[in-house]
This record gives sequence, structure tokens and C-alpha cells, in this order.
Amino acid sequence: MDKKAKIGTAGKCGDKVRSDCYIEIELTKAGGIKTSLQSKVDSMYGDSINDLLIEMCEFFELKNAIITIEDYGALPFTIAARFEAAYKKLFPDDQREFLPEFNKKNLYTTTKDRMRRSRLYLPGNEPKFYPNAGLHNPDAIILDLEDSVAPSEKDASRYLVRNTLCANDFYGAERMVRINQLPRGLDDLHFIVPHNVHVILIPKCESAQTVIDVEEEIKMIKADRNISATIYLMPIIESALGVLKAYEIASSSDKVCALAVGLEDYTADLGVERTNEGRESFYARSAVVNAAKAAGVQAIDTVFSDINDMEGLRASVMEAKSLGFEGKGCIHPRQIQVVHEAFAPTEKEIEKAKKIVLAFEEAEKKGLGVVALGSKMIDAPVVKRAKHTIELALLNGLINKNWKTE
Amino acid sequence: MKLIKNSAQRLVPEVVNGQKQIPFKGVGKYKPDGRIANPPIRSCSFYPEDGNKLVKTLKEALKKAGLKDGMTISTHHHLRNGDAVANLIFDAAHSLGVKNLRWFPSASFPCHSHLLRYLHDGTIHHIEGSMNGPLGKFTSEGKMKGMGVLRSHGGRYQSIQDGEVRIDIAVIAAPTADSFGNANGVQGKSACGGLGFALADSEYADKVIVVTDNLVPFPCVPWQIQGNNVDYVVQVDSLGDPSKIVSGTTEMTKSPDRLLIAEYIAKFMDAAGIVKEGFSYQAGAGGINLAVILFLKEIMKKKGVKARFIRGGSTKYLVELLEDGLTDYILDGQTFDLEAVRSMRDNPNHVMTSPFTSYNYHGKGNFASIVDAAILGATEVDVNFNANVVTHSDGYLLHGIGGWQNCLFSKCTILAIPSFRDRIPVILDEVTTLCGPGELIDVIVTERGIAINPRRKDLIEETMNSGLPIRSIKEIQKEVYEICGGPPAKPNVDKSKVVAIVKWVDGTVLDSVYKIK
Repeated sequence: MDKKAKIGTAGKCGDKVRSDCYIEIELTKAGGIKTSLQSKVDSMYGDSINDLLIEMCEFFELKNAIITIEDYGALPFTIAARFEAAYKKLFPDDQREFLPEFNKKNLYTTTKDRMRRSRLYLPGNEPKFYPNAGLHNPDAIILDLEDSVAPSEKDASRYLVRNTLCANDFYGAERMVRINQLPRGLDDLHFIVPHNVHVILIPKCESAQTVIDVEEEIKMIKADRNISATIYLMPIIESALGVLKAYEIASSSDKVCALAVGLEDYTADLGVERTNEGRESFYARSAVVNAAKAAGVQAIDTVFSDINDMEGLRASVMEAKSLGFEGKGCIHPRQIQVVHEAFAPTEKEIEKAKKIVLAFEEAEKKGLGVVALGSKMIDAPVVKRAKHTIELALLNGLINKNWKTE
Repeated sequence: MKLIKNSAQRLVPEVVNGQKQIPFKGVGKYKPDGRIANPPIRSCSFYPEDGNKLVKTLKEALKKAGLKDGMTISTHHHLRNGDAVANLIFDAAHSLGVKNLRWFPSASFPCHSHLLRYLHDGTIHHIEGSMNGPLGKFTSEGKMKGMGVLRSHGGRYQSIQDGEVRIDIAVIAAPTADSFGNANGVQGKSACGGLGFALADSEYADKVIVVTDNLVPFPCVPWQIQGNNVDYVVQVDSLGDPSKIVSGTTEMTKSPDRLLIAEYIAKFMDAAGIVKEGFSYQAGAGGINLAVILFLKEIMKKKGVKARFIRGGSTKYLVELLEDGLTDYILDGQTFDLEAVRSMRDNPNHVMTSPFTSYNYHGKGNFASIVDAAILGATEVDVNFNANVVTHSDGYLLHGIGGWQNCLFSKCTILAIPSFRDRIPVILDEVTTLCGPGELIDVIVTERGIAINPRRKDLIEETMNSGLPIRSIKEIQKEVYEICGGPPAKPNVDKSKVVAIVKWVDGTVLDSVYKIK
């Protein structure tokens, strides 16, 4: 005991910290549990914070310790995550998990071909961004354990992301997590797979084997925890090698729902600068689109990193759309609406899609095997695309639900 | 201390700092009588014929004005957090050994925490105005000798007019003045915009001192303050820190949640039929408010309509509307950035207003109720649409009322508030301190949805099919309580010790602020 660490800490402190806390657990030999709380919400939630700390001490059978907490308005699931991270620094082998109650609003599932126009990245160690992210209506929210988390915070962020998946309301957005590169990423899965995650993003993917490794690990955890919901995978191509292996990756598993491209790392790998025009990445983006389509999955574009340049973002999405991408990464909630608008079909596209869908339904009603619009024959992929266009138009409020009868 | 229940079911003291009070009787229920107060008769024979009222130092001017124990000294917040003058006054008073002064500012700022020492040593007895930041904390902890009195800008004018507050000496910090005492705020290195808040003081105070760092030869034009009301003029090197008086530019919020609230407000105003040719609204300089201007601008352009006037809180964003022809007038109560100061100076359609024109209770009408919509903030609201702007949920007094209470009289009063701040829920069962009765608050807009006061059936009907997230206030409250881990505990205050009172616009007492335990 004496050789082991006596003090475990986790969280953030300082004047600029908001909605987070810093917890220090110091093991003592006697004296029971002593808590010391400094909080900007002391008069409102001081008792509730103390109750939570005591409950966690009982859960982990911690008998003698001094617990110091500096709180900056952290929500309960954050406090619990920080406590557990501090505790696990002292007892890394303890397998018990203190889980917040699962928010029933998060029980929904997803589908493989769900719309993924926008996906909002949230750093995996910044709790202040979580409660309101879903209010901005992204198609998906990504809790990121990878590049946005400092190496020293990797462990702590797992507890926070896990608790966020449990307690935070995602307001119907698809629930995604970007894990770390393997092998760490495989360990990450244990913190997220049991909590109704919909899609796992696999960063810097360079081979089918990586996807298979992730799928196998998920399968194991699911069997272990008796989970039935399908968890989809979105490999991210971020290197020259990844681009060459894009089709192999996209077709590696039927759980792959989309293939994404990440250009920051890709341009670094090429040794070139990333420009707004993007000529240096044209090949990579087209290759990813082509591989995705060949494998029958969605192609998803990289993020647009200047959050003040909305017109630049709009142009970038229009270009992505013209290349065949169906989604774009967002790093700020205000980008979401612009992305949705830019992916929205034009009036001309909508009118054409309406005619095709109506003609198709008419043909179905009459039991005709072939659909014709005027003198033109229409085949299945065209009908599928038209239906997709109608769906997008509906989502953007460009047509009415009852457009067929109008 | 005897407390009685007013018509809002709030306990308020009957006597405050020795003055008998009237408890709040309901909105529009209290009818004052008697006559408006007058300053003592003065005669031009006793003022210099050449019009030169210059006195060498502020201390000398205060002495000449007869400064003595127990007097009421008024100041104004045009210079905001850059003001050095209020501090200089009490430095002088302290060095003269004067005690028990009543400070009557139109608002205080963190720069005035310098005055804490004079509250401690008895130079200042108490503050009637606003107690912001450190001064609010001091008051909340029960350290002020007298009881604080919080008034709206309109209520301040009312209290001067009906004699509730008699100002012995008014000190007006003026960015430009002549030796006769004519003064304005639109010229000079400390330019701050209009000087409307000092108008009542200049007319009603026994003695008026103008302090300037830009003395010009007679006449100082425009004269926002008339020298005919002024006793002494003092020239100083500097009125304060110009960078804190006005900002170079007021910055738009980048917070996605605040932008969402602003977008909802603009869309709501449109859906409710407010945004039409010739409409009016009250803008402000807060983050959400600035963003509302931009969203409204887009809607106005798209619809091809313009406003007749916008009340502000003027900033470069309002000036752009004026210069783009999207409003005929800016009626300016307070000027926040250099662009707005320039506009007021150069554009006759950018008009200075005062609490008299905009908010005054004893006037024969005022502008506030003519405005189609007002967008305001709050620290807390409750499920009955009552709102608080002066205390936080921990019970601490931290803000003044400003023109907030007065603006509630607009045709559609909208509160723009985040549904919680960090872990602090903003929609409660009952507000900590009542500043605005719910019957005057029509809409509460949060990032989680828009709650319309059930009294406003017309607004509910107009916006029902707008696609906007219209929800009941209790539903939003419930969601936020779930996020924050249940309702917050009530502030830990001593209900037997009132440290300040909140006045309603008519001078009656609306609520009490209690000592923190």
C-alpha cells in the first residue's frame, strides 16, 4: 500500500473553466470520508454534490479519504466521471463502473442508410459543449476521444464520454464516437459499446484488418453484455496509403455505413499545404467517393475549419456535393444549418424528383415492371436517388409533407 | 425591522433609511398626488455676468456647493466602466472629512469598487441606484450602513420629480463643456454619446457641477445639458479611461446557443406579425441583442420593410440599419461604441433621448409603451413569467435595473435567456427577487424553446404554425431540472435582514433583497 499512489486527481481548474470540476482524492489511514467543496453553485447544489460524492465512496467501498472538489458548475454526470477518473488512478485494476442512470430519451436506434449530412465534432474532454449540442439539429454528434483530447487526458475522457452517452440528451441526433487509433481504440470500445452508441469512427484507417479488428472487439463486448443493437462503423481515410486501400476498407464489413476522408492528416502525409481550393486533395477525395460508392456506402467529406467563413463553408459543401459526398464534418454548431442548406436539392432537382417518384408509384399501382416518364425509361437507381432528393427537400422544409396531393 | 406584504405577496419594509415607503399595489394601480418638486429659486444676478463659472478643482467646487454631512450626491453612468469622476468626488469628500453621504448614481460599475473604502469608513452611508459587482457583494453581506435602494432609470427620474430624492449636489462628467456649463457627450477624447441620464439632476438638484476634460469656448454646441442649470465648471486632465467608456466596436456573440436564441427571437417577431413597415423595437448592446439586430436585418431586407424607429442601446449594428435605410430613426438612450457616438454627432436622425422622454412615470405619457417589441435579459424568471434582474440564484445582489422595468411596457416584451448557465437553472418556481411582474412579460425565449405567456392568446395563435419550438414554460423548466440534477436549493439568506429594496417604476416597493447568511 505504501508504495502506491496516495493521491488521485482528475478534471480541470482555473478561472476560465466552465461546467467542469477538479477532484482530488487523497487516501488516508483513518478518519472516514472528509469532503471539501468549493463551488460556484454551492448554495444551490452543494448538498447534492456532497451526496453524490458519498454515494460514490460507498459504491467503490472507499472508507478513509479526503476528497477535495473545485466545482465550476459541472453537471452531475461530469462530477461522477471526474471522481471515477481520479479513483481509477489510485485503483487502476478496479473493474467496477459507476454509471449514471441511462437517459430514456437516448434509447433510439439508427439505420445503415440514415441521412448523415452533418456530424458535429465535440472534444471528448469538454463537458460544457454537450448538453446543448443536439439543439442545433446536427444529423449526428461525435464525441471525440482522438485528436481533440490531450494525451494526458485520454483516460479521463473515457469516463466522461461514457457518462455523456448515458446521461446527456442527444435530441435525436445519431450517437457517434471517434475512438483512438488501435490498439488504444480497442480499449476505448469497452467504455462506449454498452451505452447505445450508433456509429464508431475509426481514425487513420489504412487496412481492412483494422476495421475487422474493431468489429471483432465490438462483437465480443456485445456478446459479453448481451447487446443486440447494430453498431455501424465509419472508417476515416487520412493518409496516402489509406486512399490506396479505400475500397478494401469500405467493403471490409457489412457494418461499414460510410467512408470519410480527413484532409489535415492527409495533406501532412503528402507533405503539402492544405489550401481552400483543395487541388492537392482532389485525387484523394474522388478516390474515397469512388470507393464508397463501389462498396455501396455513403461518402463523407472532411471538416471546414474556418468557423467565421460561412460563405467559404457553403462553397466547400457545394463542391463536395458535386464530387459525390453526402455529408460534411462540422466543428461549430453554426456550421450545421449552412451545411444542410448547401446539401439541399435545388428547385429544379426537386421538381424532377417529384415527377419520377409519382411516375414510379403510378407504375407500381398498375403493376408495371417498367417505369416511364414521358418517353424515357427510368431504372431503379434513378428512383432511389429521386426518393433521396425528396427526403432532403422535406428535411429542409422545401416541400410539404403532403406534396403528392398538393 | 417591520415588513409588510405587498400586492405581489412580497415582504417589504415600511420604512427605509428613515423614509416612509408605499408598498407595491399592482401595475398601474398607484395614483400619486401632490405637486412635482422644485429646486430652490436662483437668480442670475448672483452668477458671473461673463458666464465664466470655472472653479480650479473639484474639491473647491464641492466646498463652494456647500458639501456637508448627510448630503445626497448624484452621478451618472455615461462613462460606464471608464468613469474616474465618481471616485474623485468621494476622494475629495473624504479628504474634507465629510460623512454619511447618500450616493445617488444612475448606475455603478466595477471601476467604482474604489468606493468600498468610503462605504467602510462612513464617508458614504448608502447607495441608491445600482449596486453592481463588488458593491453588490458588499451590500449583500450586510456591510453597508444604510439600506440600498434600486430603481429603474425611469424610477430614478420619478423619485427626483416627486421629491422622494432631493439631490444636494449633482456632478455631471461631461466629455465637452464650456465655462458657462453647457455640455455634451458627443465630442472630445472621452466622448460617450448622449448625456440623457443627467438631465433630471441638472434641472432639479440644488447645486450642479460640470466636470470636463475638453473645455471649449462658449457656446458648447449641442448643449445636451444647459449651462443655465449649472453652478460650477471644473476642468480636469481626464474623465477616465476612454477604452472603457465606449468600446472601439461592440462584439457580436460567437456562442452558438446565444445565436440560436437570437435567431428564434427574430423569427418569432416575424411570425407574430411584428416585423412590418413602420414597426419599432427596443434593442440593446448585450450579446444576444446584437445578434437579433442582424437576424432582423435579413428578414427586413427580404420582406422589403423598414422600421420607423429603433430604441437603443445604440451600437454600430443599429447605425448600419439607419445608414442602410432600414429605420428612419434611432432614439438613443445610451451609446455603446464609437460608431454610435459618431452617428449621434453627425446624423440628425440619430436622436438623444432621456429617461424623461422614454420612461418617465410622472410624464404625460412616455415612449416605452409605444414600442412594438422590447428584447431584454434577466438573471431568473419563474413559471408565472415574473423576472429578476438584480440578484443571482445564490441571493447575491450583482446588477442594477437600468431601463429594464420601464421597457416592460412595450407591446410585446421578450426576454432572451439561456435556459441554464453552467448548472444554474434560469426558470424557477419563484424568482429570488421580483423586479418585473409576469403580467408585463409576454415571451421568454431560450435555446430550448419559446414560452409564451398564456395571457397573450393573440401571440400564441399567431405563431402556432410557425414551425418555431413553442413550448410551455413548465416543460422547459422540467427539462432543465433534469439536466441540472433537480431544482436548486433556495438561497441561504436571513429573511429578517433587508439590505436593499427594489422599487417599481411608480416609486412603490416591489421586493426586498436580503442579507446573505
